[in-house]
Amino acid sequence: MDALLSLMHGFEVLLTFDKMLLMLVGITLGILVGVLPGLGGPNGVAILLPLTFSMDPTSAIVMLSCLYWGALFGGAITSILFNIPGEAWSVATTFDGYPMAQKGQAAEALTAAFTASFVGSLFAVLLITFLAPSIAEFAIWFGPPEFFAVYLLTFCSFVGLGREAKHKIVISLIVGFLLAAVGMDTVSGQLRMTYGSVELLRGFDFLVAVIGLFGISEILLTMEDQLAFKGQKAVIRMRVVWETWKTLPRYWVTLLRSSIIGCWLGITPGGAIAASFMGYNLAKRFARDKEGFGQGRIDGVLAPETAAHAAGTSALLPMLALGIPGSGTAAVLLGGLMVWGLQPGPLLFTEHADFVWGLIASMYLGNIAGLIIVLATVPLFAAVLRVPFATIAPMIIVSCAVGAFAVQNAMFDIWLMLAFGVVGYVFKKLDYPLAPLVLALVLGDKAEDAFRQAMIGARGNMGVFWSNGLVGTITTLALLMLFWPVIMKLVGLVRGGRAPRTA
Amino acid sequence: MWSAELKRGAVAAIFAGGLCAAAPALAWEPTKPIEIIVPAGAGGATDQMARMIQAAVQKNNLLKVPTVVSLKGGASGGEGLMDMKASAGDPYKFIIAQSSIYTLPFSAKLPFSWKDMTPVAIIALDEFVLWVNSGAPYKTTAEFTAAAKKAGTETLRMGGTGSKREDQILTAAIEKATGAKFAYIPYKSGGEAATQLVGNHTEANVNNPSENVAQWRAGQVRALCLFDTARLPYDEKVTPDMAWKDIPTCKEVGLDIDYTMLRGIFLPGKVTPDQVAFYQDLFRKIAQTPEYKDYLKNQALKAAYIEGEAMTKFLQEDEARHKALMTEAGFIAAH
Repeated sequence: MDALLSLMHGFEVLLTFDKMLLMLVGITLGILVGVLPGLGGPNGVAILLPLTFSMDPTSAIVMLSCLYWGALFGGAITSILFNIPGEAWSVATTFDGYPMAQKGQAAEALTAAFTASFVGSLFAVLLITFLAPSIAEFAIWFGPPEFFAVYLLTFCSFVGLGREAKHKIVISLIVGFLLAAVGMDTVSGQLRMTYGSVELLRGFDFLVAVIGLFGISEILLTMEDQLAFKGQKAVIRMRVVWETWKTLPRYWVTLLRSSIIGCWLGITPGGAIAASFMGYNLAKRFARDKEGFGQGRIDGVLAPETAAHAAGTSALLPMLALGIPGSGTAAVLLGGLMVWGLQPGPLLFTEHADFVWGLIASMYLGNIAGLIIVLATVPLFAAVLRVPFATIAPMIIVSCAVGAFAVQNAMFDIWLMLAFGVVGYVFKKLDYPLAPLVLALVLGDKAEDAFRQAMIGARGNMGVFWSNGLVGTITTLALLMLFWPVIMKLVGLVRGGRAPRTA
Repeated sequence: MWSAELKRGAVAAIFAGGLCAAAPALAWEPTKPIEIIVPAGAGGATDQMARMIQAAVQKNNLLKVPTVVSLKGGASGGEGLMDMKASAGDPYKFIIAQSSIYTLPFSAKLPFSWKDMTPVAIIALDEFVLWVNSGAPYKTTAEFTAAAKKAGTETLRMGGTGSKREDQILTAAIEKATGAKFAYIPYKSGGEAATQLVGNHTEANVNNPSENVAQWRAGQVRALCLFDTARLPYDEKVTPDMAWKDIPTCKEVGLDIDYTMLRGIFLPGKVTPDQVAFYQDLFRKIAQTPEYKDYLKNQALKAAYIEGEAMTKFLQEDEARHKALMTEAGFIAAH
């Protein structure tokens, strides 16, 4: 096995004292940046990048990628404890993770999230190890129609499989699309809805919106509930980790499904967010008993975390093999590669084998070391919930504000965060789902660009969305998802029985 | 030039001798971190240039204060430009600018002019190359333009970065010179345009050398011609049988278009001459570092170092040229 030999060589490169030390430093820093909402992987890597200029490329990438793994692990912590997603792909983790914490199962939820991250990453790394060169080709098949079809699938699965009233999901989506359209339009080169404001030029940043919509609104709601966190009875013992692990093998189908979805969407660039939502929605669709999702089910945490991290890890593959960054962090790393004198692209694997296999080996070791470190901190983080709300709320608000500010170093974003907090509060009060808004805000302009690029390329022919097997399958799947409840009703009618429950 | 420098030096020496023996070489020096504004996204050509500057400064100890890279890529870089405009008088930030300093105000009515900033130096010129997929039937520029003209309703698709910017301006120039029509597809970045060409989702692009070099080396794309008046000087083989120098200019092969893009350093407006002199001195030193020279070679940029009067003249002419090209292509936004 060529791959195995290369991997062994990679471990050989890696197993030196100073590289191991850099790994630990990277992971610990990563968890710290991951815990602060807004200050995610991309910022952390960007801040540390100048420090690595004088290192050799392999040490540099080992430290930075370990920071990335650390941030991936850390992102789940605030999602579960405070309903504040630390990263784009942690939004779906809040759906069941936060209710679990409220039920006093914060430690279980954290353990599940960390383990799921590990499983997803491991699956993706195995895939990279053995299939790297051939899998990388896959990303090249994706032109504008294919990208649009994937986004359509994400939106449609949301509408079709969502628990909330359909019209509320659609309204929330539309608000998201509107917000996503603010700023520069790639296709026409014109500014839209900026009204002469310099601050609006960059559009609405996803993280600012998420911190406000989820974090600030949650604080407002809790204040209304007589300043009480419900997670105070959290059981805090190291044994929880072990007990949670014993239940996990039961969910192997969810883990496997999410890993596959994650890898697939991670390799097609920009799919980690879509992956986490799709992982969650499909887990809900295929669960034997659909009750309890959104109220704190452990597989509701496992599914999105596994998918997001499989995607986050496999996103490094197109960066290395094609030079297309699959995520914000990957984009910063890409800039680093150039400074270290490496040219990402099809020849990187052959010309800089030391570097590539050192990196892949560090994915294994980094994830294992990361898992051990974060699991050891579970009791510590779960204990945070015992702190009285009146003490912790100001700290959360400050860290939210710091996070919102850090995204673009802009004071305006803090006001924006507060405004989104009020919007989120109103949405929650009226029982409108927030996730579709967030999803549309993140993917809306990408979907729009892809659609219009496809139309320019196809000279306005809609048939392009069924022009080959790949795009045709995804588009058809998307429409199936959209009309799923209707289809199930029809199937029920044809069978003559009672219509099956819709989720 | 040399004698003027000497004379000024002599005068300064006399004055300095009269005042104090160990006068500082420069009147202004930074005392806090300097921000490098990148009006583009992470990982793109401008970001890479910022990282190179950061590395060159750090490895050669050219500055006593740290540098911080700020990505302000909103509105195709308009965010970074407006930030510079709003920072008049602040000597602790500089921007790495490119032709969007003219194109954005024209096409998107951005209330900005490069005259809102203080020019420091142009440190390189970026080239453009006509690329096609290596599996494509056309092997030369002439065959390509003939195919584009023959295409009829099945217009060839040209990929590029953004809308009404350098890539589309160049595409419009090719259309005008050849009479062919292209379906121009705007992508978010040059990297995306490169992979879309490899995947046959477009038939051609006019990417910068650095944006397509990885695909070129891997034999996935073919370089047809260089949009400049002279070939690139780099004669080291990049692909098994070609060096940058082997790419003919478009003019040589019958497509009379030349177009290069500045990569220049600007300070905010209303800074003092001392501050400008400090940065000019800094960039003159950076231009001598091995990091900078390797960077030019690896990215196949055209070496250039223009400052002072010559830079102002360059900017005025370049702006007028962009206005003419964009007016012709219909890219100027109505007021």
